[in-house]
Amino acid sequence: MVDHTQHSSARGSTRVTTDGKAYWKANVRLIIISLIIWAIVSFGFGILLRPLVSGIGVGGSDLGFWFAQQGSILVFLVLIFFYAWRMNSLDRKFGVDEE
Amino acid sequence: MDQTVINIIFVGGSFALYIGIAIWARAGSTSDFYAAGRGVHPITNGMATAADWMSAASFISMAGLIAFTGYDNSTYLMGWTGGYVLLALLLAPYLRKFGKYTVSEFIGDRFYSPTARLVAVICLIIASLTYVIGQMTGVGVAFGRFLEVDSTTGLLLGAVIVFAYAVFGGMKGVTYTQVAQYVVLIFAYTIPAVFISLQLTGNPIPGLGLFGEHQASGEPLLQRLDQIVTDLGFNEYTAHNGDTFNMLLFTLSLMIGTAGLPHVIMRFFTVPRVADARWSAGWALVFIALLYLTAPAVGAMARLNITELFWPNGTDGEAVAIETIENDPAYDWMPTWQQTGLLGWEDKNGDGRIQYYNDASEGMQARAAEAGWSGNELTNFNNDILVLANPEIANLPGWVIGLVAAGGIAAALSTAAGLLLAISSAVSHDLIKGRFAPNISEKGELLSARIAMAVAIAVATYLGLNPPGFAAQTVALAFGLAAASIFPVLMMGIFSTTINNRGAVAGMLSGLIVTLVYIFLHKGWFFIPDTNSFTDADPLLYTIKSTSFGAVGAVINFAVAYFVSKSTGPVPQDIRELVESVRVPRGAGTAQSH
Repeated sequence: MVDHTQHSSARGSTRVTTDGKAYWKANVRLIIISLIIWAIVSFGFGILLRPLVSGIGVGGSDLGFWFAQQGSILVFLVLIFFYAWRMNSLDRKFGVDEE
Repeated sequence: MDQTVINIIFVGGSFALYIGIAIWARAGSTSDFYAAGRGVHPITNGMATAADWMSAASFISMAGLIAFTGYDNSTYLMGWTGGYVLLALLLAPYLRKFGKYTVSEFIGDRFYSPTARLVAVICLIIASLTYVIGQMTGVGVAFGRFLEVDSTTGLLLGAVIVFAYAVFGGMKGVTYTQVAQYVVLIFAYTIPAVFISLQLTGNPIPGLGLFGEHQASGEPLLQRLDQIVTDLGFNEYTAHNGDTFNMLLFTLSLMIGTAGLPHVIMRFFTVPRVADARWSAGWALVFIALLYLTAPAVGAMARLNITELFWPNGTDGEAVAIETIENDPAYDWMPTWQQTGLLGWEDKNGDGRIQYYNDASEGMQARAAEAGWSGNELTNFNNDILVLANPEIANLPGWVIGLVAAGGIAAALSTAAGLLLAISSAVSHDLIKGRFAPNISEKGELLSARIAMAVAIAVATYLGLNPPGFAAQTVALAFGLAAASIFPVLMMGIFSTTINNRGAVAGMLSGLIVTLVYIFLHKGWFFIPDTNSFTDADPLLYTIKSTSFGAVGAVINFAVAYFVSKSTGPVPQDIRELVESVRVPRGAGTAQSH
């Protein structure tokens, strides 16, 4: 069973628990920031804010149209890779990475 | 060489490849069968996930949906890719850490409730089975058009191929076949798009060509497209015409639904480590984006090509003559597709020309009265033929058409196999081993998984041959259910330590039931025509269409689970520890030996 192996290595050390909490807090913070960007590029620039940025022309249409059909997908890609890279370094920093 | 022979070579060649992989990647254990031995490289898994995810709907239908609606259908582009951000940040790494074989197993363990597991299995089977019907009919249609065999033969042939690699190879066989299918489908999709983009804009990258210059007119492509479609009385292509609230909600529902579809989630069980699950979601989106960044270009360029074919002398000149359609090789695709019943035209005013315009537009009615037109004469243009007919419309060489045939079939088969795998592992692992025969041996479970797979293929083939009238609407149902039942409970299982067994079951059931009822109220009870009380044009709540309801169902699920958990007992200590352990990557390796 996975969870027992996990806990036997962490048991008896308060430092790990505090670190565990800080690790999770850092993760949640990163997720919230990422999801705000996720929402701004798709629901924001792609749909709701499109009238506001319509003055910015992109090849025959405007910035909102570009975000809806290309930009949001490109930003999603960057977000996922950024999150993976950041989390993998957080894992090491807090000593919870896979051996 | 005859086009049918070329098509047979391409499709036959791709099938030989899939069979070869099936023989090479046989599953020897339940770990192989359910999770490909957890030895799949993150990039390989990303590619397999892309093929798993991109179905006949992405390959065949999506560009057509965008082409004939324009900007408003960007919802599909954002929704079906944005779900991967949710998957990568909120679900995949933690479920990989948990290290079991099915999505329902996590729900059962985390909410310490066999009932929760059973409800999850039911949601999973309904969602996957409704989805698979569309794939099977897609295989039949592609065969019918390209190989000139009847669609029944085509569908049976497709079923035999899936049987070969899914029953024997399980997840292992499916994974490596999906990689091959991804390669086939992405070339099939992008090669014609590159040709067309070069023809129209001189830019080989379709996503850039879309925002480039239309060489024939010297105007930006999108401006040119806006011009000619509005000339004919249609909505401006790049403009927002529908209602904004529904567009937001529909996009959100597609995103949540994507992240909650079990056949996609379970792909992340196959990678060796938690860190790999994070990378792998990124790679999956890279491979998906290659198609999704191309699709809007395919849609816009095809719309431009088609409109210009019907108005060869410009939108203010004479429409195309029937004689031209029948004799000019550039129009050969029209009689061919007319035979499938997906394309139709009729010379209503008998002037020997086909006028294609929006006869509901007032401006056009004035012009029509003056010119003696009697309504739009392109009477039928099915969205689905756009991608399949695109190479012929753009006059591309025969091998490109053969490649598109193989690509369409690859897209449908790869998704069908993933869904069938999700169904069979739920049956053998959650129902048989988890509920009815807990002491079943490894060998017995592997055998039961194979039998469940064979039965699932038989059921899917039967439903593909005798599609219930509602086949097209079932995709909305699958997304609605995944969004309203599966996604919220998985997320709460990871991000909350206070949601308990009762809360989870009540949340799932209320999300599931409310969403089902809302869809049935608008589409008819069990999709039986004329039993609906509302329509999507005039919905029950505000402007919320039944297809956009998944996100509302998810909110209901979250809220009910929260309040029920709050008023019932706390979560036991060992479950809190389970959640804590799922949240940290360390120790994931040991999950392999369970």
